[in-house]
Amino acid sequence: MTDILRNRIVLAYTVFLLITSFSVFSLEDNNSKGLLSFLNVILIVVPLVSIIFSTIYVYNSAEFIELLVSQPLKRKSIWLSLFTGLASSLSLAFFIGAGIPILLYQTNAIGFMMIGIGILLSIIFVAIAMLAAVQTRDKAKGIGIAILLWLYFSLLFDGLVLFLLFQFADYPLEKPMIAISALNPIDLGRILILLQLDVSAMMGYTGAIFKDFFGTYIGGIFSFTVLLLWIGIPVFFSTRKFNRKDL
Amino acid sequence: MIIASNVSKQFGKLKALDNVSVTCRKGECIALIGPNGSGKTTLIKSILGMVVPDSGFITFNEKNILHDWKYREQIGYMPQIGRYPDNMTIGHVLDMMKDIRSKTLSIDEDLIKAFGLNDLMHKRMRTLSGGTTQKVSAALAFLFNPSVLILDEPTAGLDPVASEIFKEKIISEKQKGKLVLITSHVLSDLDDLITQVIYMQDGQLRFHKTIEELRNDTGEEKLSKAIANVMIKN
Repeated sequence: MTDILRNRIVLAYTVFLLITSFSVFSLEDNNSKGLLSFLNVILIVVPLVSIIFSTIYVYNSAEFIELLVSQPLKRKSIWLSLFTGLASSLSLAFFIGAGIPILLYQTNAIGFMMIGIGILLSIIFVAIAMLAAVQTRDKAKGIGIAILLWLYFSLLFDGLVLFLLFQFADYPLEKPMIAISALNPIDLGRILILLQLDVSAMMGYTGAIFKDFFGTYIGGIFSFTVLLLWIGIPVFFSTRKFNRKDL
Repeated sequence: MIIASNVSKQFGKLKALDNVSVTCRKGECIALIGPNGSGKTTLIKSILGMVVPDSGFITFNEKNILHDWKYREQIGYMPQIGRYPDNMTIGHVLDMMKDIRSKTLSIDEDLIKAFGLNDLMHKRMRTLSGGTTQKVSAALAFLFNPSVLILDEPTAGLDPVASEIFKEKIISEKQKGKLVLITSHVLSDLDDLITQVIYMQDGQLRFHKTIEELRNDTGEEKLSKAIANVMIKN
């Protein structure tokens, strides 16, 4: 854990977030406009850094993990502590880099929501990265898989959704859209924050349906459960795989 | 102490271990010898539970090691290539290992002193040379007074002084009745250490003999010559 925190990349990431957040907030005269611009930075950068850094970190500590496996430790606890270490340090980096400025400029429900989503996204992408890293021994392949996953979640998925929307434009797709949005944690995070920002009025009928669903108490619980599932399921499968892996 | 029965392991098309059976007892110092890729490291990793055999089983003190992890308290392992988290100091790594094995009461810091690691405690692992990292690995393997020592290419990368210190340490541990398993290609290093030789080739165990038997069979006094003799015959 201290090792990860001292890592230059994590430090640089924290500083980068700090600089962007302060500049975005001071450029815009309206704080919620600043928040909106900053949202896009978060939704792109946080998953990217989390997934790439974690994958590379897991590969670089391969020999050390081997040494730990030769110690009287359960494999499960080695893997889970690696996950906790990565997740907590990246969350901390996010909190210092983005959370503190948000709290300074925007101490309200939207701000808290954004910090929460950012931290959840950090953890989710650490979990996904570890699942990608456990699948293959080849470092280049592993990092490639991680980049593809990030590309899928932040760009390709939206394209696919748009494609679906146009193909089935004649059908009422609003309700299935809610289910589809659960398939991508980044989208889910974006929707949750946008709804708090009250710009959903601009999203037309679909926006109204979203507001109807995600704005409610049950919708909120649903989306947070889905986000937690996005952490739990990859962690579960990667632990199972790691338990049976030949090192 | 360690009994492997008919252990086989396949990586893709490669048969890394082919029906290997070995028995290791207390007080023995066994050299695992064989050409590159003959399955020595795979055998060691199977004993440590890092590789799960496709068939056959391994017991440690009459207990099957499958799904067990506690038995590793009694093993000190020194890997071929030691790599540690870059930003940790030697002191941190040692403390962390002590933390993991908090149950072990007797701590053996002889090697730390002998290698002069005490003066380097605050150095980060990233800045260490290959030899110093190797010294840390060696010190870690001996730190908890384990009853079995497994050393994978221990003397590669150590300077002559360190290598001498290390050999003396192995001899003194052997005399305390511990089981020592060494793989090495530097056969001259092994001459005065070992009591038995296991020779592996293509994943198969070719022979397991005491050093005296080997000397008698080949008529050579030096281990390196005796092994060369065997290799040519094969």
